[in-house]
Amino acid sequence: MNPRLTRNELLRRGAAGGALLAFPSLLAACGGGDDGGSSSGGELKTVLNFANWPFYIDVDKPTSLQKFTAQSKIKVNYYEEINDNAEYFAKVQGPLSQGNSIDRDIFVLTDNSRFPGLLVDQGWVEELDKDLIPNITNLVDAQASPPFDPDRTYSLPWQSGMTGIAWNEDVTGPVTSVQQLLEDPKLKGKVTMLQEMADSVGLVMLQNGDDPLAVTDESFTKAIDAVQAAVDSGQVRRFTGNDYAAPLAKGDLAAAFAWSGDIVQLIPDNPKLKWAIPESGGMIWTDNMLIPTGGSVPTASTYMNYVYDPAVAAQIAAYIQYVTPVKGAKEELAKIDPELANNPLIFPDDNTLSQVNQFDSAALDNEDYITQWQGVLGQ
Amino acid sequence: MGPFFHRHPGLTPYLLLAPALVWLGVFFLVPLGFLGYQSLQSGIYPNFEFTWEFSNFSEAFSDYRTQLGRSFLYAALATTAALLLAYPLVYWIAFRAGKWRNFFLLLIVAPFFVSYLIRTLAWLNILADEGPVVGFLQAINVLGEDGRLLATTFAVVAGITYNFLPFMALPIYVSLEQIEPRLLEAAKDLYATPTQTFLRVTLPLSAPGIVAGTLLTFIPAAGDFINAELLGTPNQAMIGNVIQAKFLESLDYPTAASLSFILMATILVALLVYAKAVGTEKLTG
Repeated sequence: MNPRLTRNELLRRGAAGGALLAFPSLLAACGGGDDGGSSSGGELKTVLNFANWPFYIDVDKPTSLQKFTAQSKIKVNYYEEINDNAEYFAKVQGPLSQGNSIDRDIFVLTDNSRFPGLLVDQGWVEELDKDLIPNITNLVDAQASPPFDPDRTYSLPWQSGMTGIAWNEDVTGPVTSVQQLLEDPKLKGKVTMLQEMADSVGLVMLQNGDDPLAVTDESFTKAIDAVQAAVDSGQVRRFTGNDYAAPLAKGDLAAAFAWSGDIVQLIPDNPKLKWAIPESGGMIWTDNMLIPTGGSVPTASTYMNYVYDPAVAAQIAAYIQYVTPVKGAKEELAKIDPELANNPLIFPDDNTLSQVNQFDSAALDNEDYITQWQGVLGQ
Repeated sequence: MGPFFHRHPGLTPYLLLAPALVWLGVFFLVPLGFLGYQSLQSGIYPNFEFTWEFSNFSEAFSDYRTQLGRSFLYAALATTAALLLAYPLVYWIAFRAGKWRNFFLLLIVAPFFVSYLIRTLAWLNILADEGPVVGFLQAINVLGEDGRLLATTFAVVAGITYNFLPFMALPIYVSLEQIEPRLLEAAKDLYATPTQTFLRVTLPLSAPGIVAGTLLTFIPAAGDFINAELLGTPNQAMIGNVIQAKFLESLDYPTAASLSFILMATILVALLVYAKAVGTEKLTG
């Protein structure tokens, strides 16, 4: 080995070691170690701690959660605490990186962010116990093998959804294109975009006539420039997670990049809200249930099996109006509400699917893209 | 214990200081040292390496000097506004409120019974585009038809002013309340006009309160991020927002840590300049 390199290395290690002695536990907190093994499966518990996004479960009684408790004797603590993938990941990565539990048995993250892949790579999620999930056979074929988890060893889809434009008819006429949202002077300061890079950059790329599934430096920069221009001109008010919903319903926002089911759920109380796939196309993504290190695998797997029962999936989808990943749910839903079973937001038809696009999974991990996007967010 | 202190009387002050020193050491110096260590790392989450990356500081400064400058501008505006609002208010309480003094002081402190976050969220509703304030201002043509308050610089500075007003008001009140009334009578006896009395007696005697109040307002205001986050847009982002987002959104710990140091250093320099300008005796009263 080259001796000079060794000396450099030694100096560096020495410096790091000094700091290590001074702050051992803190160092571990930031550490890049991947020793968070997923050996402990744990016992079946009587409580399931489930972290999910807002507007993402049925609430009409008896709810699917209540039925689950009645049938399995497992009480569910349901936390609507995820507003944004990056934000949630930042919150939980500290304990997870030390191999500590975060007191959750299931959490839900989106495949159009880099975090499901990162969690699997770092070993911060537990393997599913597929013996307890016979209903896994109901998983739709299209979702069987995502790039971040090709054998579905660690994850199962919760729901899929689409990203498009929502607007409040009290404040504005229809907002049907990304260009209108970014440039119409009547909407100035009254629109928001999503913090999620894949959602916002994806929609703008489609407007530019570029393909978000095959991101190039050129197409990325072009989209970033368009977003930056809209921020600089004061057109874009904020970048949001789910938190666009309240100001949009109230009328402080005229239009927003928004997720399909959120708006559909808000419409009964706010009939002036509309949602549509933009003329140039929308984005589609899938949220995945994962078991964080220290979560109870049998308890979580039992619940996953429950929601992969088509009747349960139909009940959830009927309320939240996102795309269900469960085979047979359409038939079950047709028995309750034939009209909903033909709703393209829950069961996208070929026409709808032809209008939505996935985001390039390689681009999600591109450091340069991440940095550029953070620059636009003012971060 | 007793005999020990008798034999070593010189140790007593140090032992009295010990709890505070241990507290500072564990909860301030150790995290600060770790922050310093982190600020010199390089790489992308989760693979950071300690590489004496001093360029983090220069890059962070050049990338975010706009937000840094904005933070100090907003903090200065809010401090000035708070001073202009607080001084007449506590002057009145100290000299005119009589037996109602404590009641009015309680009113100044009352917002503190509600959490900071909730207080700021309340402003979201007060300033909402479809809310009564904007409606009224539009009706009297102060705001245009499409005018708004929320998501503007005004909203952010107003939010900061509101949230830190008690920090300005209370020290000034204390210094005003301690003024010997006979000094004011003496000024009057010597034919000073009310204005002269104020400028030459009251104001100088309340200066320590003003200095303390401005520091207590300016320092936290410069690092604030809640107001800009909730009441502003990306164009109002302050340095606190950048640090918050770097730590909790983008997981860029080295940049976040170096920005924290830059903020601390800038505040310290500003403080020294201020102390020099007003004279240190005013800081200590």
